[in-house]
Amino acid sequence: MSDLAVTLRDLEKRFGDFVAVNRVSLDVKRGEIFGFLGPNGAGKSTTIRMLCGILQPTAGSGTVAGFDIVRQPEEIKKNIGYMSQKFSLYEDLTVEENIDFYSGIYRIPDAKKKDRKEWVIRMAGLTEHRASKTAILSGGWKQRLALGCAVLHEPPIIFLDEPTSGVDPISRRNFWDLIYHLAGGGVTVFVTTHYMDEAEYCDRLALIYRGELIALGTPAELKTRFMEEEIVEVRCSRPQDAMEIIEAIPGIGHAALFGRTLHVVAQRADESIPAIRESLAAGGFTVDGIERIVPSLEDVFVSLIEARDRETTPQQEFSR
Amino acid sequence: MKLQRVAAVARKEFIHVFRDPRSLGMGIAIPMLLLFLFGYALTLDVDRVPLMVWDQSATPESRDFISRFAGSRYFTLAGRVGTYREIEIAIDRRDVLMALVIPTDFARKLRTGAQAPVQLILDGSDSNTATIALGYAEAATSAWSRDVILEQSRRFGPVPAAGIVDVRPRVWFNTDMVSRNYIFPGLIAVIMMVIAALLTSLTVAREWETGTMEQLITTPLRGAELIAGKLIPYFAIGILDLVLSVLVGDFFFDIPLRGSLWLLFAMSLIFLTCALAFGLLISIVTKNQRLASQIAMVTTMLPAFLLSGFIFPIENMPPPIQAVTHIITARYFVTILRDIYLKGVGLGVLAPEAAFLAVFGVVVLALAVKKFRKKVE
Repeated sequence: MSDLAVTLRDLEKRFGDFVAVNRVSLDVKRGEIFGFLGPNGAGKSTTIRMLCGILQPTAGSGTVAGFDIVRQPEEIKKNIGYMSQKFSLYEDLTVEENIDFYSGIYRIPDAKKKDRKEWVIRMAGLTEHRASKTAILSGGWKQRLALGCAVLHEPPIIFLDEPTSGVDPISRRNFWDLIYHLAGGGVTVFVTTHYMDEAEYCDRLALIYRGELIALGTPAELKTRFMEEEIVEVRCSRPQDAMEIIEAIPGIGHAALFGRTLHVVAQRADESIPAIRESLAAGGFTVDGIERIVPSLEDVFVSLIEARDRETTPQQEFSR
Repeated sequence: MKLQRVAAVARKEFIHVFRDPRSLGMGIAIPMLLLFLFGYALTLDVDRVPLMVWDQSATPESRDFISRFAGSRYFTLAGRVGTYREIEIAIDRRDVLMALVIPTDFARKLRTGAQAPVQLILDGSDSNTATIALGYAEAATSAWSRDVILEQSRRFGPVPAAGIVDVRPRVWFNTDMVSRNYIFPGLIAVIMMVIAALLTSLTVAREWETGTMEQLITTPLRGAELIAGKLIPYFAIGILDLVLSVLVGDFFFDIPLRGSLWLLFAMSLIFLTCALAFGLLISIVTKNQRLASQIAMVTTMLPAFLLSGFIFPIENMPPPIQAVTHIITARYFVTILRDIYLKGVGLGVLAPEAAFLAVFGVVVLALAVKKFRKKVE
């Protein structure tokens, strides 16, 4: 195997007239945590399913662990762990029974079986619930158990499709600790998400929107290189009312609420800052501070999507 | 095919069945319920036909004639009347099935050796029962007539020994001609067909619906391994049903088992394979529990009941329908079970049926493996 765990070349998937994934090309290096970021319906799950060999691409090609996704899907399945968006273990089976089942499916040798099972139970923090049916487990526990079952056979590559959707923040943080732990052991992690904070945890990110790859790079690269505009943070009284006034100023793209502050997209921050200060003073707002900041991933994402929407005729958003 | 994976799937399926009261009920309670319900209720024998009598003759002869009916187990005397109007009302109310009208000149005609007509009025709305009841009445009448003739001849001289053909019937296999003995083996076949196909028709579809299949198809598990693993627990249920059925037949209904019990089980295994594989094929193709169970109902339950010869004799069907019955697996198993139960025949006679079922089972299994795709749509 080369040092590339996953390669995609012009990968395309159509459902009738709808293009779910539009000629996506990218490479994922071994041992990398690769984030696939995009809104719902952007084509993230469709891409991951094609990579796992369970969905036939319409066109293009790809390899996973050196095997062709169209011609060698069964070889790929020996080398990956997959965790789908929806909890897909058996709810009427206990934690241990689910682990035993997947141990059997992955043909874990008897000598290793017990160790792997204990490892999963400890990792998922389910020692006290090992004999409980999974139906009664909370979301966070279910996710960790599902991850455990997906990596029982110690695959070199794991695909996680929105692993933390619907899980509380503490569980999410714990889950990402597990992902780091796995990546530290040399496992390649391909993870989709629409949480911006999670995207920050990734080594590299691909932004996907309406089936198309719109940006690719490390989180730092995305924030500095892909952003044409600059971001100005405004702290003032009545930010909601201030938004309208600021957006009316020439050279300003748009403003968005970030907690109690406003993030304003400006073509040139040094020109816009005095203009904003003037307008707000004229409107009777108390201004606590205006400064240029490093954009967050969300700023980058919103700005890239808006740029894309301006240049392409909108295709109907379609969620599947 | 890796045994470890088959075993993992089978173990998991066993747990599903034992934890789900519905599938346990469907697999064991319903078959037993059907067995008792049909065993007790479904009988084609007609006996104790309620009979009404209008004896206009009122003579020793007419009373003797009536007692021939009343004393038979095939009739019960439901009452005596004096007008046609009363007979009509009784038949309308379904109080009686037939009425016997003996004319005033009955005894006089008999004494003179003339023919003595009597009238029999039948409720023909249930033609099958009416035909059978009519047969009983004719038999009772001719038996009585023969006795009268013999009596009269004895009075006038020596009994003419020759001249009367006497049929001495001897019924083989179902000696008492109890229809339950005939129905019960067929009933086992129908129940096994329906339960086996219905239960398995849900298993693969359920995994697609709950999303667990999406996880399974990303593993190295093969279609044949999944199918084999899923069949094993339902095989066990099918065999359990068969054992219970044979026991119920023996202890509750006194159904004689003349043939080999081992042959019965061997044949049942072949048939179970057909039925289970057929259910799985439906499940694999539809990927939807509701649709799968409906298709299983229509393609197994209806033909098993109507076209297998279980109740309705295939010989009486129009030729095109008879041709259709050749592809109904239950038909062969009904024949096999009846032959083993009632005739006690061996494999030599049953080989063609067994061969058909074996080929059908293998073809359906192969089709199920072929149709199972490790892909999402």
